[in-house]
Amino acid sequence: MSTPTLAVWKFASCDGCQLSLLDCEDELLAVADRVRIAHFLEASSDVLPGPYDISLVEGSITTPEDAERIQRVRADSRILITIGACATAGGIQALRNQADVDEYAKVVYARPEYLSTLATSTPIAAHVDVDYELHGCPIDRRQLLDTIGALLAGRRPALPAHSVCFDCKLRNNVCVVVARGEPCLGPVTRAGCGAICPAFGRGCFGCFGPAESPNAPAEAALLRATGMSEDDIRRVHRTFNVTAFDTERAS
Amino acid sequence: MTHRYERVIDVRALARVEGEGAMHVRVRDGAVDDVRLEIYEPPRFFEAFLRGRQHTEPPDITARICGICPVAYQMSACAAIEDACRVTVSPGVAALRRLIYCGEWIESHTLHIYLLHAPDFLGYGSALALAKDRRDLVERGLALKQAGNDLIELIGGRAIHPINVRVGGFYRVPAPRELAPLRERLRAALDQALDTVRWVAGFDFPEFHHDHEMLALCTPGTYPIETGFVTTTGGLSFDVAQFEQHIIEEQVPHSTALHAHLAGRGRYLTGPAARYTLNRHWLTPLAREAAAAAGLGEECRNPYRSIVVRAVETVYAVEEAIRLIDAYEPPPSPAVPVPARAGTGRGATEAPRGTLFHRYDLDPDGRITAARIVPPTSQNQAAIEDDLARFVAGRLDLDDERLTTQCEQAIRNYDPCISCATHFLDLHVERS
Ligand code: SF4
Ligand code: SF4
Repeated sequence: MSTPTLAVWKFASCDGCQLSLLDCEDELLAVADRVRIAHFLEASSDVLPGPYDISLVEGSITTPEDAERIQRVRADSRILITIGACATAGGIQALRNQADVDEYAKVVYARPEYLSTLATSTPIAAHVDVDYELHGCPIDRRQLLDTIGALLAGRRPALPAHSVCFDCKLRNNVCVVVARGEPCLGPVTRAGCGAICPAFGRGCFGCFGPAESPNAPAEAALLRATGMSEDDIRRVHRTFNVTAFDTERAS
Repeated sequence: MTHRYERVIDVRALARVEGEGAMHVRVRDGAVDDVRLEIYEPPRFFEAFLRGRQHTEPPDITARICGICPVAYQMSACAAIEDACRVTVSPGVAALRRLIYCGEWIESHTLHIYLLHAPDFLGYGSALALAKDRRDLVERGLALKQAGNDLIELIGGRAIHPINVRVGGFYRVPAPRELAPLRERLRAALDQALDTVRWVAGFDFPEFHHDHEMLALCTPGTYPIETGFVTTTGGLSFDVAQFEQHIIEEQVPHSTALHAHLAGRGRYLTGPAARYTLNRHWLTPLAREAAAAAGLGEECRNPYRSIVVRAVETVYAVEEAIRLIDAYEPPPSPAVPVPARAGTGRGATEAPRGTLFHRYDLDPDGRITAARIVPPTSQNQAAIEDDLARFVAGRLDLDDERLTTQCEQAIRNYDPCISCATHFLDLHVERS
C-alpha cells in the first residue's frame, strides 16, 4: 500500500492545535516516516495536490471565504478530523455569536468596513461531515498521536466521552471541590487532558468542552455551593467552548 | 487589478509562518511601486470580548491569541492587571515567571530556527525534507525545543496555553526537587544551543541592511524578558505607562493587523535584533562569546542574521533558566492576592518576537471596560514592507518563481506571528 497522505488545514485559530503535532518532538520524525505530509503550511512549503487520506482541521468558520474553503477541504479528504475547541465548538471566537459583530469590529478596528467577516464563529461540523473530533483548547498531543496511530493501523480511535473527574481519580488528584471548596467544571467536562488543572490545585475551567450527557443542573448547584455567582457560572461556560456548553445547558 | 501589461504571480499562501497572510508587490516601469504585506487571518476580536470579563480572566483568554507564544500573552496580561490593581508580586514569583518565560524563548526560537527558517538557507521546503538528508540536525533541534517545552510544562502544567499562570502568581509552585531533573536536561540543551549558534553562523547571508529605529525593553543589569523600560536606538526611553503616547496604531485597508509607528518618527522594528542591539551587554559571557564568534557585531541590522540572534538568545535563555533553577527558593505563597479596584493598568514584556503591550481599564468590581493589545508583528509591519520594497527593487531581474521564494524567505526573517497580529502570506507580484 502506498504511504497515506496527511494534510493539516487552518481556519480561524491560534495555531496551537496544529502546533501540538510539531510538539510531538519524540515522535514527529517517526510520524513523518509513516505518512506523507502533503499539506501543512505552518511546517512545510512543499505542497502536494489532493485528495488526502487524513485531514486535520484546526480553527472555526468566521468568513464567507472560509465557509467555501471548508467544502473543498472536505471534498479532498478521505477522513476529516477536527482538532480543538475552535474546530469542534467555534472556539473563543464564538463569543461573538450572541453579540453585535459590527460593534465588536468597531472596538478593535477604526475602519471596520475593510473587514470581511461573518456574524458567527461556527464549528466545522456545522458546515461539513466530520469523521472524528479531538476536543481541547489545545488538543492533547498524546491523543493526537493515538488517533493518527489508530487510523494508520486501520482501527477506530478510542476517544473518551467521560468526564475529567474520572481522570482525576485515576491520577490520584485530591478533589479541589471537596478539599478546598474550589469551583470546578470537572464533573461536566470531557476527559482527555489528563486532569491537569486539579493536579495544579486549580478547578477545571472546561477547556475540553462538555462530556457526553453531563448533569448540568447538579453541576450548577455544585458551583453555587462553592460560592460562584450566577454571573461567574455563566462566564465560565462562555469562554473556550461557548456553543457546546450553551447547547448542553439549554437541554 | 491585472491588465495585460502586468504579470501577476499568485502564491496561494505563505508557508512556514504562523497564521495566514499574503504579499502584494506592484512593479511599474521597472521600479517597485507598492509593497503590501496583507494579513488575511480572520479578525478574532480579542479586545472586544475581553470587555465585561473579570480582571482574573485575561491570562487564560489572551493566551489563545497565539499557540507559539502563549506565555508572553499571559505575562503581559498579568503585568498590566497587577499595575491596574497596584499589586507587586513577590521576588520568588517574579523569578518563576522569568523561568517559564525562558522556556518559551527556547521553544519558540528553536521552532523558528529549525522548523521554519533554516530550511530556506539550506534549500529545503521543510525540516521534514531536511531530516531525510540530515536527521541528526533536525533531531538536535527537536531535542532543544523539547527542553523549552518541558520547562513550560513543568511550571505551567501544559506547553501550549499553560494552566498554572494567574494574576498575582501561580496556582501551585514547584518544589526545588521537582526542578532538579530539568536542570540536567538544560545542561544538555546548552550544548545543543551552542551548536545551533555555530551551525546557523555558517549560513550564507545576503548583504542587506535596514535603517529602522529599533525598539526593545531595557532592564539595566539583565537581559530584558519580563520587564523593562521601552528604549529605542534613536535615543527614546520611556516608561511602559507612556506606551500609547509614543506608539500610534493605524488601520490600513489591506490588512486585519493594525500598523504601528513611533509618534513623530515613523516606522520601527522590534524583536530579537532590536533586543540584541540595545541590550547585548547584558547577555551572559558565554552567549556574548558565541555571538562574537558567530560574527554578530555591536548591532544587528541585517534581517537575515536575525536567525543568529535567535540562536544566541536561546543560549542565553538556557543559561538563565539554569541560573534561576539554582537560585530557586519556593515563594512563601504561590500568588499574592489581587483585589479588584477601578483603574487603568499597562504591561509590556519581551515576547520572542518583540515587545508585547497590554492595557486594561477596570471598573470598581474588577470588570474590564476596555482592553488594548499591541503585538510585535503589527508593530513591525511597516518596517517589513519597507524592507521588502528595497529587497524586491534589487532583484527585479529574477524570474517570478525565484523572486517569490526569496520574498518568502525575507519575510520569515521577521518571524511574523500572524495569528497574533490579527487579533495574514500569498505573494502577488504585479509587473508592468
Ligand atoms: S482550540 Fe484553542 S489551542 Fe486550538 S487553535 Fe483554537 S484557540 Fe488555539
Ligand atoms: S482540567 Fe479542565 S480546564 Fe484544565 S486542562 Fe483539563 S479540561 Fe482544560
